[in-house]
Parts: sequence; C-alpha cells; structure tokens
Amino acid sequence: MLTIRNLHKRFNESSHDEKIALHDLSLHLNDGDFVTIIGSNGAGKSTLLNCVSGTLQGDGGTIEIARNQVDSLAEHARAKWIGRVFQDPMAGTSPSLTIEENLAVAHARNRKRSWRFATSKTKRDHFRAALEVLHLNLENRLTTKVGTLSGGERQALSLLMATFTNPSLLLLDEHTAALDPARAELITQLTKQLVNDQQLTTLMVTHNMQQAIDLGNRLIMMDQGKIIYEADAETKKQLNVQHLLEEFKKIKGSHALSDRMLLEV
Amino acid sequence: MVGALIGAVEQGLIYGIMALGVYLTFRVLDFPDLTVDGSFVTGAATAAAMIVMGYSPVLATLVAIVVGFVAGVGTGLLHTKGGINPLLSGILMMIALYSINLRIMGWTVENAVGRPNIPLLQSETLFSQYTAWATSLGIPVEISIILFAAVGVTVVKLALDAFLKTEVGLALRATGDNKRMIRSFSGNTSTLTILGLGLSNGLVALSGALIAQYGKFADVGMGIGMIVIGLASVIIGEALFGTKSIVRVTLAVVIGAVIYRLVLAFALRIEFLDTGDMKLLTAAIVVLALIVPGKLGETKKRLARKRLQSKSVTKGGTELVNHS
Ligand SMILES: Nc1ncnc2c1ncn2[C@@H]1O[C@H](COP(=O)(O)OP(=O)(O)OP(=O)(O)O)[C@@H](O)[C@H]1O
Ligand SMILES: [Mg+2]
Repeated sequence: MLTIRNLHKRFNESSHDEKIALHDLSLHLNDGDFVTIIGSNGAGKSTLLNCVSGTLQGDGGTIEIARNQVDSLAEHARAKWIGRVFQDPMAGTSPSLTIEENLAVAHARNRKRSWRFATSKTKRDHFRAALEVLHLNLENRLTTKVGTLSGGERQALSLLMATFTNPSLLLLDEHTAALDPARAELITQLTKQLVNDQQLTTLMVTHNMQQAIDLGNRLIMMDQGKIIYEADAETKKQLNVQHLLEEFKKIKGSHALSDRMLLEV
Repeated sequence: MVGALIGAVEQGLIYGIMALGVYLTFRVLDFPDLTVDGSFVTGAATAAAMIVMGYSPVLATLVAIVVGFVAGVGTGLLHTKGGINPLLSGILMMIALYSINLRIMGWTVENAVGRPNIPLLQSETLFSQYTAWATSLGIPVEISIILFAAVGVTVVKLALDAFLKTEVGLALRATGDNKRMIRSFSGNTSTLTILGLGLSNGLVALSGALIAQYGKFADVGMGIGMIVIGLASVIIGEALFGTKSIVRVTLAVVIGAVIYRLVLAFALRIEFLDTGDMKLLTAAIVVLALIVPGKLGETKKRLARKRLQSKSVTKGGTELVNHS
C-alpha cells in the first residue's frame, strides 16, 4: 500500500543551519497495516508524513502509494489516495461551510468535481448515517457552520471526512495532541473504530506511548531522521511502556530520557 | 428628485453585478483583487467598441464578459504561477488593462492605435432595444429600466448562489477558507483561485458593459475607484443584513450597491458638493462603514460593562469603584 525507499530530506541546504530531517528512510506498509510512530521532538515524524502527502518534496528516494509512483505528483493530486488529519483541530475542516458542505467536499475527493449541486437528499441521508457513528449528535446539525463547533467536534468531523472515501492511506499527525484528555480519548476510540471498520492502511504519529502501544499492529520509533526501532505485530503484542523506554535508552543512552517522550507516558 | 432617485436605483442595480464580483474575490476567495478598476472598463470598452462596429448589443455584452474573465485569469496566473502577491497581481493587471482598454477602443477607428472614449449616443444598445420592446408591451418607460436591471441582477445573483453550492463552488469557498484542508481533499487551489478571479472579473466586465450602454458612453477613466465602490457595497450590505448565509449576503451586497448610489445621489444635492467630489465621498462612506460598526460594538460592550459594575457596586459594596 505504501512503499518508501531511501527517502531523504534536508532543510536549509548548504547553509550553516542545514538540517537533515530524513536520512535514507525506508518503510513498507502492507494492506491494512496500522503503524504508530513515536520519537522525540524534531525526529522527523511530521516531515515524513508531509513528504508522503506531497506537502513537502523529498530530496531523494521514492514513494509509492497503492502501486502508484507519486514523487512527481503535487499534494492535491496525491490526495485522492490519502486521508489526513492534522494536529490543529481547525486545520481539517472549512469553518464557513456547513457540516454537510464539508462532508460534500470530502465526498468529492476521489472524483472530478462537477458543476452539479454538492448536496442532495440521497447524499444527506448518507452523511447522516456516517455522522451517527460519532455519537456527537452532529447528524441533526447538518446545516450548522463548522466554525461554530468545538475543537473536539471539529476533530471528530475531520477524522470522519478523512476516512470518508475509503482512502488507500490514512495519515494522522498527533491528531489528539491539541485536545483535552476526555476529547483525546474520544478521538482515539473513533480512530480505532473507523480504521478497523474499513481496514485502513494507517500511519499515526503520537507522543503518547501508551496510545502508540494500544493502537495499530506495528510500531516504529524515529530519531534524527531514521527509524531506530521497529516492533512487528508479534513483538508489539508483548510491548509495554517500560520496554519501550528501555529500548530507547539502549539506543540513545540514558541522558535522552529527559525528553518529552517520558513526560507523556 | 424622483427622477434622480430612480436613476440612482437603476445604476445601483447594475453596479450590483460588479459588487457581486467583488464579493466573490474579497469575501469568498479571500483575495483582495484590484483588477476590477481595469476589468470594469474592459467590459465597457469591449461592448462599446463592438456595438460601434455594428455587432449586436447582446453579442457585444457576452464577449465583454469573456474578455473580463480572461483578465481575471491573467491576475490569477500572476499570483498562482508567478508567485506574485495578490494585491500586486491585481494592480499589475489593472495597469496593463489601462493600455489594453485604449487599444480595444482604438479598434473602432482606422489608423488610430488607441482611443480614450466611445460615445454610443446614436447606437442601438441593450437598453434602447429593450425599452422599444417594453414600450410596445405597454410597460411605462419610467419603470421599465428598473425592471430590466432588477431582473438582470437577480438572475446573476441566483446563478452565483447556485454556483457556490455546486461541488466546484464548495471547493472554491473552501479555498478561500482553508487552503490546507481543500488541498488534502484533492482541490487544486491554484486552478480554483484562477477560476474565482475569472468569474469575478467576468461579472465586473458585464457590469461595465451594461453601464456603458446605460450611460451611452465608454471612457478609459470610468473604472477609477471602482474597487472601492464595490467594497463599499459589500460592506454596507453586510453591515445592514449580516452574513448568515450566502443567499442572504449576495442579496445584501446588491442592496448595498443600491444604497450606496442613493447616498451619493442625496449627497450630490448638497450645494457645495460637485460630481468631482464623488470619489472623496466614496472613500468617506467606506471609511465610515468600516469604522462605525466596530465602534458601535465597542461602545455597547463598554456600556454593558459599566452597567455590570454599577450593579456589583450596589450589591457588593464599594471596593470595585476605585478600580474602574
Ligand atoms: N520548514 C522547515 N524548515 C527548516 N527546518 C525544518 C522545517 N520543518 C522541519 N524542520 C526541521 O526538521 C526536523 C524534523 O522536524 P519534524 O517537524 O519532522 O519533527 P517531528 O518529529 O514531527 O517533531 P515534533 O514531535 O516536535 O512534532 C526538525 O529539526 C525541524 O526543526
Ligand atoms: Mg511533528
């Protein structure tokens, strides 16, 4: 579903603060794989997701999504295969559009947009049914402007929209990090449910180790633009936070434990 | 006086089409497009030139829309492909159009390159054709033009409302709202921006073409300050009728354009004001429309706070008094 080969990304090339954000990184996801990514600040996690989505262009290496070479495609052209949810709950929806209009935008993701009305009776029924899954009563507020929803509601809607057209790949970048614990838990549960129902191939970045362990079938740890640890399905089942910290210590040395990773255990 | 008022409403309705174009860029697309000063004249020049050359007014008006659309696309390309900032893209296009408009009008005279104006006094226009037809139906002359303009602007308004509810229209609105989001849903923000600018300037050019035929005159300077007039209409409309839904805002914008013309008509009746002062008046109206609603809100809040304080003072003792 997703194959990344020798992906390389540098910022501020050949200046004094040149920064190698991704270092010959390779990763392969099979159909239905749900991979969680952890790693310290600046490890390159967001850069990785941005290169895959086309927000950033890699400096070297190749990316394949659903057997399509996407390196030369712009962000919007790749988007037909990719669902995304951002960290910022405001980023994934359009505030001046209503809930049903936002869903209609999501609905048109993998088709050519037409000059016909975006919403119709049948579509509305479809939207309502989809919204019911969220249990936020949004199905009865189809014509509410999204800008008036709470952060948690907007993020839930973003998640639904991102998974609406059954994308080949779902990218989640700390999409629960900006929410209070109760809302974060809600979004985590929804993520689990939506990914499970549609068997979506997913890459999820998180700073919450427990979440990284609880969700998905594989886990990778990144540091300085590289994957420094990988747990396959079998290993991951046995994994706990203590294990992970020990792995991290083994590779990085104990001084690294002042990192934010520890704080969010 | 009644005649002047009727004239103001007629003009307001026709300029309302231009204001809808400005609404599309400034509000929907969140793109402050200054092409308008040029593309309004482009519409007028194209229509007038074609009419003088003997084409039918309907065809001339349609071609004016297309030429305006192309001008908007030019601005869109400067911004999206050239990476030039929105304001500057519009200004560049506007200044380029000044020369182009002279050229377009120049086509009407042999051996001349440019021409600064075209009178249409002797020519058939949409309005002369229409009034002839309306009179034959027995519609009184005094109201026939208002009817025509009202129906015209309503058709444009409804078409715009409908467009903004199509799949393409939603993507365009989302482009003005949240570019990152619409890109992640396969929206090509460059193409959508170009489309929006094209449509907007097509409307502006249509308005220009109609004003030229209405006033029987196209002039290279008739677009000066047009963008401010458009903005004035949008701001007045929004201030009076709110921004609840698109259907309502587009109506508000048209009414805003009419109100603007009425205010101007009344102002011009004041002794010491001259037609040359119109631009100054326009600027003053926009400044007022921008400042007053905000200040009113502030005052309301301040009064409310005072009331609250005086209440807590009477209830809770004197400690609050010295702090305020
Ligand atoms: N646009 C940019 N310009 C310059 N440097 C950048 C840019 N984006 C990221 N970087 C640098 O690249 C490195 C990787 O950043 P990235 O955002 O991928 O980290 P991350 O793993 O997502 O971190 P976090 O956990 O804080 O989100 C960092 O050192 C960062 O400073
Ligand atoms: Mg990040």
